Amino acid sequence: MGKDIREDIAWAQINKDVLKSLESPRKLYWVIIFVALLVFSVGVGCEIYQYNTGMGVANMDNPHVWGLYIASFIFWIGMSHSGTLLSAILHLMHADWRKPIYRFAEAMTTFSLLTAGLFVAVHLGRLWQVYYALPYPSERWIWPNFQSPLLWDAMAIFTYLSSSILFLYIGSIPDLAICRDNIHQGWRKKLYTLLALGWEGTDRQWRNFRVTYLTIACFLIPLAVSVHSIVASDFAMSQQPGWHVTSFPPYFVAGALYSGCAAIITLFIILRYVFRFEEYMTLPILKKTVRLTFAIAMVWTYLNCIEFASVWYSHDQVAKDVLIQKATGTYAPFWWAMIFCGSVVPFAMMVKKWQTNIPVMFAVSLLLNLGMWLERWMIVAPTFSHGYYPWTWDHDQWPSLIQWGIVFGSFGWFTLLFMVFCKIVPSVSMYEVKEMVYHRSQARKKEERAVQEELAVKGAH
Amino acid sequence: MSKRYLLALYNNFDEAEAVVRELRNSEIKGFNAADDLVVKSPIEHPEVEEFLGEKSVKVQWFTLGGALTGGLLAFSLIAGSQAGFYSQMKGGKPIVPIPPDLVLTYEMFILGGVYITVLGFLICAGLPAKRSPLYSAKVSEDQIGILVKGDDGSMAKLREIFTRHKALEIQEEAGR
Repeated sequence: MGKDIREDIAWAQINKDVLKSLESPRKLYWVIIFVALLVFSVGVGCEIYQYNTGMGVANMDNPHVWGLYIASFIFWIGMSHSGTLLSAILHLMHADWRKPIYRFAEAMTTFSLLTAGLFVAVHLGRLWQVYYALPYPSERWIWPNFQSPLLWDAMAIFTYLSSSILFLYIGSIPDLAICRDNIHQGWRKKLYTLLALGWEGTDRQWRNFRVTYLTIACFLIPLAVSVHSIVASDFAMSQQPGWHVTSFPPYFVAGALYSGCAAIITLFIILRYVFRFEEYMTLPILKKTVRLTFAIAMVWTYLNCIEFASVWYSHDQVAKDVLIQKATGTYAPFWWAMIFCGSVVPFAMMVKKWQTNIPVMFAVSLLLNLGMWLERWMIVAPTFSHGYYPWTWDHDQWPSLIQWGIVFGSFGWFTLLFMVFCKIVPSVSMYEVKEMVYHRSQARKKEERAVQEELAVKGAH
Repeated sequence: MSKRYLLALYNNFDEAEAVVRELRNSEIKGFNAADDLVVKSPIEHPEVEEFLGEKSVKVQWFTLGGALTGGLLAFSLIAGSQAGFYSQMKGGKPIVPIPPDLVLTYEMFILGGVYITVLGFLICAGLPAKRSPLYSAKVSEDQIGILVKGDDGSMAKLREIFTRHKALEIQEEAGR
């Protein structure tokens, strides 16, 4: 495997290349923005129609009370996991190959969470009465239920979102100072000056920065695990067939990491091309990310088997019926597509020459995320279509075009936010890439010196 | 006596380290290396701490305080609310159930820890800050800056040390 990054790359060149991405990306950038706007407007149109007409147009009914909205909510929460979690874990493990890719991964976390939050509002339906659902004691006798996983969920997601934003922001301060120093006029100058907080790279600032960044990373790892465990509790703590499974929290965490890693590969490939980051988002780094994704895919596959086994041997006939129905009923094509995309497609990542083949990995990463979206849908919908009471047995319910339109629009919303962010904030961390280059060149010099000393000793003998 | 500032730029850490060592060992009247010397660098550099001498970081204390306060505050608010709901029918279940309350306590423990860590960082790093008397954009690119503060009388000697170590550029400004 080649080097993660060239060690002789000049620091000034790093600044120049990354700052260029803020000004002149390839034309594809604008195409992506245009398409994202179109897709987003479809979602907005559907939401306006649903808002004015009522939730009936979503084709949700009793027992199908959680449709694609909640499935997509879990998907977006899941996708948010890899960014901050992997960034924090790899930071603690001193895996310096994370440095060129962690910034956009953390941004992905933030925008995925913002997208997930939208689905809660969309799912509520009567948005003008949203305050009815807020947990505060009132004269309407709506008491906060602190034992409900739904309330834990709201708190966990708020904590994760705000902590991730702070982690992203604190890690960006030195780069925002570089932008402030190199962009000389306009609103960008004012924005960078404000956000850089007067950072000058003094020894005092760096010393405190290092400890702060490390401390937040330490907090974020258990936080990220707790967030998706709590999302899993929304299901596992209920008495619905197929959900009341002990292994749900680790299964959800593995699924979240999996979809996040797949999304990192997709965005890696897009940013590498759009912003001309070939020098920084290198193929060896892609290879490492692909291998990591494959490992997580296998963990997810294992936990999937555990979940099936838990249901199969649980002596819960209805839960077993739900599983059989998933594999053979109305949802069978989607369930098998999930198995194929989530557990079979990853084996393409085992082929060495494909690990650095950009078109193949791009297609694989999209299929993996398709599989992970289907997984969330297959958790939510089949259980509602076959509950413990026979009156809930409605296997033919199908989400309306309005639901599909809003889900479709969410991808436009996410893409729009993410791409605009990458045009304003450097998506490659300049100071950390400099550190990476510096430490690697120092290590190489040290090795060369050791070899020379060894040769000198041999010569003396 | 008014203080003046000097900023010298160097190409690499080895050169900067040699200058700092000399400044620390020199006995220049009106200049105290422990308080009047600041190293500015484009990357976080463990070597800087080595040659500047270890200085304590207090951010962790903010973290501890924030996390404990967050956790305690969450538990007291939740338990306090639940204790006030005694009029509700609980069906024999505990009024303040500890295991589920610990989930929110845990989340608030982390939230408090993160928020107050960031606050601690801003306080300890002296941010937000006004631009210091001398600053070069080269420091955020690829050069190491050494900023010193001293009396008028010490300036000549400090400048001489910087020049002897082949500074790329020396900037001088009267202080406030």
